[in-house]
Amino acid sequence: MHELVQAMADMKEEEALKMVEELLAQGEDPKKILDLSSEAMQVVGERYQEGTYFLPELIMSGEMLRKTGEILKPLLASQTDETKKLGTVVLGTVRGDIHDIGKDIVGFMLEVNGFEVIDLGIDQPEAAFVEAVKNNTPQVLALSGFLSVAFDSMKSTIEEVEKAGLRTGELKIIIGGGQMDDTVRKYTGADAYGDDAMAAVAFAKEAVGVK
Amino acid sequence: MAEQVWSQLSPEEKSERRWASFLEPGLEFASPEAGSEYRARAARLKKAMLLEGEADRVPVCALAGYYPGTRKGLTPYQVTQDYALAAEAWHEANHYLQADSMLAPVFAAIPGRAFEILDVKILSWPGHGVPKESGFQYNEKEWMLAEEYDLLIDDPTDFLLHVYLPRVAGGMEGFSRLASPLDMVEIVGGPPWMMRWADPAVQASIEKLTAAGRECQAWGGAMYPLLGRLVAEGFPGPFQFMSLAPFDFIGDTLRGTRGVLMDMFRQPAVLLEACDRIVPLVVKWVTRTANPQSPPLVFMPLHKGADGFMSVEQFQKFYWPSLLKVINGLVADGFVPYLFAEGAYGTRLETIAESPVGRAVWHFDHTDMQRAKEVLGGISCIQGNVPLPLLQLGAVDEVKTYCRDLIDTVAPGGGFILDVGAVVDEAKDENMRAMVEVAKEYGAY
Repeated sequence: MHELVQAMADMKEEEALKMVEELLAQGEDPKKILDLSSEAMQVVGERYQEGTYFLPELIMSGEMLRKTGEILKPLLASQTDETKKLGTVVLGTVRGDIHDIGKDIVGFMLEVNGFEVIDLGIDQPEAAFVEAVKNNTPQVLALSGFLSVAFDSMKSTIEEVEKAGLRTGELKIIIGGGQMDDTVRKYTGADAYGDDAMAAVAFAKEAVGVK
Repeated sequence: MAEQVWSQLSPEEKSERRWASFLEPGLEFASPEAGSEYRARAARLKKAMLLEGEADRVPVCALAGYYPGTRKGLTPYQVTQDYALAAEAWHEANHYLQADSMLAPVFAAIPGRAFEILDVKILSWPGHGVPKESGFQYNEKEWMLAEEYDLLIDDPTDFLLHVYLPRVAGGMEGFSRLASPLDMVEIVGGPPWMMRWADPAVQASIEKLTAAGRECQAWGGAMYPLLGRLVAEGFPGPFQFMSLAPFDFIGDTLRGTRGVLMDMFRQPAVLLEACDRIVPLVVKWVTRTANPQSPPLVFMPLHKGADGFMSVEQFQKFYWPSLLKVINGLVADGFVPYLFAEGAYGTRLETIAESPVGRAVWHFDHTDMQRAKEVLGGISCIQGNVPLPLLQLGAVDEVKTYCRDLIDTVAPGGGFILDVGAVVDEAKDENMRAMVEVAKEYGAY
């Protein structure tokens, strides 16, 4: 394991950021450094899946990645991300609910598992999800909500997606967060509900036919 | 004089006094029936909460948010604007449900206009930042900066009044111009300190706060008489105070979830020092305003220590030690901390088994109740955990089956209170009633 990957995966923020600067000073390709950061995120994701890492490590990793990105971004302007993605997920917290942490963890875990994630943000109206599904043809629509007010927003969002003719066999819908369970899944008409971010990853992988 | 006597009592004696006042609240009941209903309910709660064995039946409560309003078709917006309407709805819901403790409106039907006047930024409330159909929700942000722990630790009141409040509410911005009253100690050095109060920004904030205070008086004028009325009508109100886990005190509204979780890596020693600093603060928050007649329970909503929020090791290092100190501090004054463990607490059970025996109540939501009983049986009363989706979307039969199974599993021996899993904002009336009926009919010991 590269020492940068190790430092980031072990939550050694200061050390990792210093290494990024040093690698750049030594003339290392910024793209390579970014790849190492992604590799570190993969390790973090694996440790989260194994149950050794929890929310604090995910938040900290996201922060390290953001800081590394800030350093590298100006140097990467001309390069595009050519990594082949497994598929696309449209993600957001539904109307009337402004909780974002659960949604952000799901987004993080989907990204480290190779998905393109289009995160719409919090308190998103039905139309925003319809629009995003129309424009991005995702394989997965993931609706997040913490409160019981979200049950109805999820239901109406799924109805609007159906009305727009977008609920084809190609699109699978999962709900998650706070109180979501199979009772709510049935009520909203979603294909599945997830207890945690791993459930969302497993669901998305199945939706694109990857094991 | 009375206070001196109180301070000489042992925790056990203080507890006895509090429960005695709770069992006999010393007011005139609305009717003899209301009086006997009240006494039966209070005795049932006491038996379960203090692990005094099996009562006549399993007690049943309902931790309610906006449900008393929504069941009448009132939106959270309506009950946070029209206080009389809210009071009427809550009154009716108590009589409809007939649970063993009061459904109180104070943490749901909050005074929306007061927050409006103060231009509060840290909270979104119905019709302001969230739709009229949604309950209030917090806006997470680093309202206290990472480098401000020292200010909090050195002088919490100075920090809260002059740094934090001006930040979380536009209407209190002027208070950032004020200073700690240290200048006033030698009084003759006070003029520069006094001058600050004449600053137009300070004056504007004082006016806003006065107006918000008047609005809260109007709110209290509708809510507080309701609480007394409900007690007189037979509904025990075991809560008057709330407190917090120090980690949540810092993480909920000061540093925010992201901030506090990053502090665990970036400045763990400072974070732990701040948690310890908060301990006496949140204990005295309750004990200083309490009197010997204050009801025995202290409501403690727990947030950032739940499963998934951190590892067991992190829980044992960052969350639990200071929380346990708060629990013990409240118990020493005769209180029973009522720990509302939102989310799941499955991996925490062995740790929280350090709770003082028979002196804490744990309310669970997604925690496996059978395991909770196995681990906490003989240590703490457990309460919960009928799922909110079941109550909102399920059928009466499903609710009854769930409640019966739960009673079969965890009620034997006592120390169990049937309740909803988490705060109910919306539910079918018949489902809520079914839960209460199962306790009354099936829950007999």
